[in-house]
Amino acid sequence: MEESLIPPDQEPVEICLLAGKIMLQSGAETYRVEDTMTRLAASLGLPGSQSYVTPTGIVFQSGEMQWAKLIRIVERTTDLEKVAAVNNVSRQLGNGTLSPEAAYQQLVRIDTSRHAYPLPLQIVAAAVASGCFTFMFGGVGKDLLPGILCGGLGFAAFLWLHRLVRVKFFAEFTASLMIGIVAYLLVQTQLGTTLDKIIIGSVMPLVPGLLITNAVRDLMAGHLVSGLSRGAEAFLTAFAIGAGIAVVFTVL
Amino acid sequence: MSLVLHCLTSFVAAAAFGILFNAPKRTLLQCGISGMLGWAAYYLLTAPFNTIFATVSATFIVGLVSLIFARVYKEPVILFSVSGIIPLVPGGLAYDAMRNFVENQYDIAVQLAAQAFLISGSIAIGLILSEVMNQIAKSIPIRRAPRL
Repeated sequence: MEESLIPPDQEPVEICLLAGKIMLQSGAETYRVEDTMTRLAASLGLPGSQSYVTPTGIVFQSGEMQWAKLIRIVERTTDLEKVAAVNNVSRQLGNGTLSPEAAYQQLVRIDTSRHAYPLPLQIVAAAVASGCFTFMFGGVGKDLLPGILCGGLGFAAFLWLHRLVRVKFFAEFTASLMIGIVAYLLVQTQLGTTLDKIIIGSVMPLVPGLLITNAVRDLMAGHLVSGLSRGAEAFLTAFAIGAGIAVVFTVL
Repeated sequence: MSLVLHCLTSFVAAAAFGILFNAPKRTLLQCGISGMLGWAAYYLLTAPFNTIFATVSATFIVGLVSLIFARVYKEPVILFSVSGIIPLVPGGLAYDAMRNFVENQYDIAVQLAAQAFLISGSIAIGLILSEVMNQIAKSIPIRRAPRL
């Protein structure tokens, strides 16, 4: 039923574009997206394809005589499972163990699949990671519990706010503001000792680590536009977190 | 003793980050291991040398371990390297810089910010070093099945 939606001569192009879109939305590096799309095109019998990928859109042309196609990417998250799944489809297609139709259907399934881990588990993971980071960055044993509490709370607040307002900057700012206030209150009530370490640990789940590394890798791979715009995104996130914490310090 | 504790916490933290990044369940263990090795290297090397050197070597190790995992499990490298790098991101320095900015101590703040920037750069250098190693290893033809 999926095949009937697209004309047969367009199908290879659709496969490449869908694969590229999923990878870019899931946080793959730009050069990897281009690489995968070119490989897919080659194994689908479209030699001489060109792709131009930026974090906000993909332009793909399957050959000199074809139209170029454009896909706009609005939202980007980190979803490594999807990156791995698309990679797998691309490899199977290259081996010839997967037909183009089956590949397209698999890609559609990957595109519509949800986060594999339930929300409570994600929050617990963020909380545990925050606790561990609080210790790793030099907090004492007593700071472990406040770290876990603040980290979980901050991440839950971030997820909720992001769903509510859809402005990532605001969600990050408010979440880190909350982390700062809760950490301060916990230290005031003698439940924690080192305020700095608790805050640094709890903020870690929000820190744009993947964005920063991807930005640098894109820059080094020669994708200057992508690298700079990803860098800008990372800087904006870092600034939002810093500003949220800064507000706490200015007020207190 | 403290090294064991650090290894344990960094393993848990990296694996937990794997969950946040929706890494497939079968790779969470490897995410944890790459994070643990990276942090252990950083922890051991910071005191005798300096932070920059420790960060470069730690990311280099994370990169190498991730490449090996990627080969063995036939998954993209990014799956294993991302969680491993997270503990090395200079979040603490950036935080200190921000705090000093707010407290109007601009000289200290700029120093810390520059340091944080340099450490981000050294993370990149470590990653690139390991990737270059990978490309050199790829160009040496040992028995290797064609793969993505």
